[in-house]
Amino acid sequence: MKVTIDAARCQGQGRCFGIAPEIFDFDDLGNGVVIGDGIVDDEELKSKARLAQANCPEHAINIEGN
Amino acid sequence: MTIKPPVGDFATDWDHTDPQWVANPYPIWEDLRGRCPVAHTDRYGGGWFPSTYEGVAAVANDTENFTSRTVVIGNGRPGEDAPPAPIGVAPPISSDPPFHQIARRLILPAFAPGPVNALEPQIRELCNHLLDEMGAGLDINAGDDFAAHIPVWVIAKMLGFPDEDRDLFREFVHIVLEGVDEPQEQRIVSFQPVLDYIERQIEDHVANPRDDLTSYMLNVELPNGDKLLPEHIFGTIILTLIAGIDTTWSAISSSIWHLATHPADLERLVNEPELMPLAVEEFLRFYAPVSMARLVKEDMDYLGCPMKKDDWILLGFPAANRDPAVFENADQFIIDREVNRHVTFGLGIHRCAGSNLARLELRVALEEFIKRFPKFELSDPAAVTFSQGQVRGARFLPLTVLN
Ligand code: HEM
Ligand code: SF4
Repeated sequence: MKVTIDAARCQGQGRCFGIAPEIFDFDDLGNGVVIGDGIVDDEELKSKARLAQANCPEHAINIEGN
Repeated sequence: MTIKPPVGDFATDWDHTDPQWVANPYPIWEDLRGRCPVAHTDRYGGGWFPSTYEGVAAVANDTENFTSRTVVIGNGRPGEDAPPAPIGVAPPISSDPPFHQIARRLILPAFAPGPVNALEPQIRELCNHLLDEMGAGLDINAGDDFAAHIPVWVIAKMLGFPDEDRDLFREFVHIVLEGVDEPQEQRIVSFQPVLDYIERQIEDHVANPRDDLTSYMLNVELPNGDKLLPEHIFGTIILTLIAGIDTTWSAISSSIWHLATHPADLERLVNEPELMPLAVEEFLRFYAPVSMARLVKEDMDYLGCPMKKDDWILLGFPAANRDPAVFENADQFIIDREVNRHVTFGLGIHRCAGSNLARLELRVALEEFIKRFPKFELSDPAAVTFSQGQVRGARFLPLTVLN
């Protein structure tokens, strides 16, 4: 699974790094960023990534593959 | 306050200050969602109220057709009284693109998770100090003696205003937010002490710069190298005072009200503290305190409604949060709800700049409160009051501590 954030949509609502700090971090403005290359293999982390996606009010998180 | 006729039908005559709406708006919104998803009123000079998630999201994300020139509904159409967009009276909340982004970027770093999370130990200490002051008595007022103080202290700290002025700020917040029903002339008079106070604080910071948000605003430069205009600095300071205090206070006090009236949720939270992050999001969804306003830019048909230039839109984020089209069992408080795409902090470019701070304050306040008082109930349910206007929250909240 590969996780990305659409920076044009992200408004720094902060749900992603709240839910899955293993995958998401924030920049100086408080907007979400994906840590590293965004590839997630671990099953537990994958479900956290999906949960973050389902909670982002701006629909800014994209997930490719599963 | 002017006496207004009671509302008969909220679909054609809504009023967010009507006693029915203030007491319990949720059934009103549910009813509207079913039969009239964009309600109309002739009050306040004319306005619209979308009650669905979809309608709220559409308006919040549409800065072409709607302006943020005025975000608090007053009596009558604002006409040209309100300073023009794009800067407006309190940037960035009153600004439209493209200036909005410039004003917002200036303040975002101060409210990003890094600097905000660093405040956690101090907020925890403050909560414990307030709890100590409330003493071991059985009867407490969790609204005035606890919830209200936390955001006041935090904002004063960030702005670098003296601690001893805290009671003054609380009065200011009332003047601005609960005075929506006052005639314009009266509002200007009531507002004067707030303006004078901030003016004095700015002068003091010019003379004695220090490491806080006020000095930062005085020094920071726009992308073109200009310093901020005095009215910009002034407006942003007012905004943090207004946007940061009543809102967070409401979130904390409504959450405590919920726990006082739902003993099973209280017990669960006491026994399973790891639930707190999910619980905080559900408190925020279910008791979302803030509705904002927009003005229609030009006559148009929108969401099937004939909107006129300068009509108000009441942006009901709290109503969107109860829409069953987006939330399973939307009308139920589920303390461990995992999928919770609430819009309590708004949507789009104006997303609450203080959301990281508000979440932190709410979490720490609840953690410390239930640690100190693991069991409590309302001492007089009929005496509880809720604020009116665009910020909703429990105000007078008398509790009895149980053993
Ligand atoms: C639970 C507490 C809070 C809630 C529910 C809340 C809610 C909101 C909402 C809904 C907006 C969007 C306004 C719009 O769309 O027109 C907003 C904007 C804003 N809030 Fe908050 N707020 C809270 C706490 C705070 C705090 C603690 C601060 C900081 C001191 C703050 C500062 C701001 C600012 C500066 C904006 C304007 C952002 C912009 O226009 O770009 N808020 N807030
Ligand atoms: S939850 Fe969405 S809007 Fe918020 S920071 Fe993450 S990606 Fe951005």
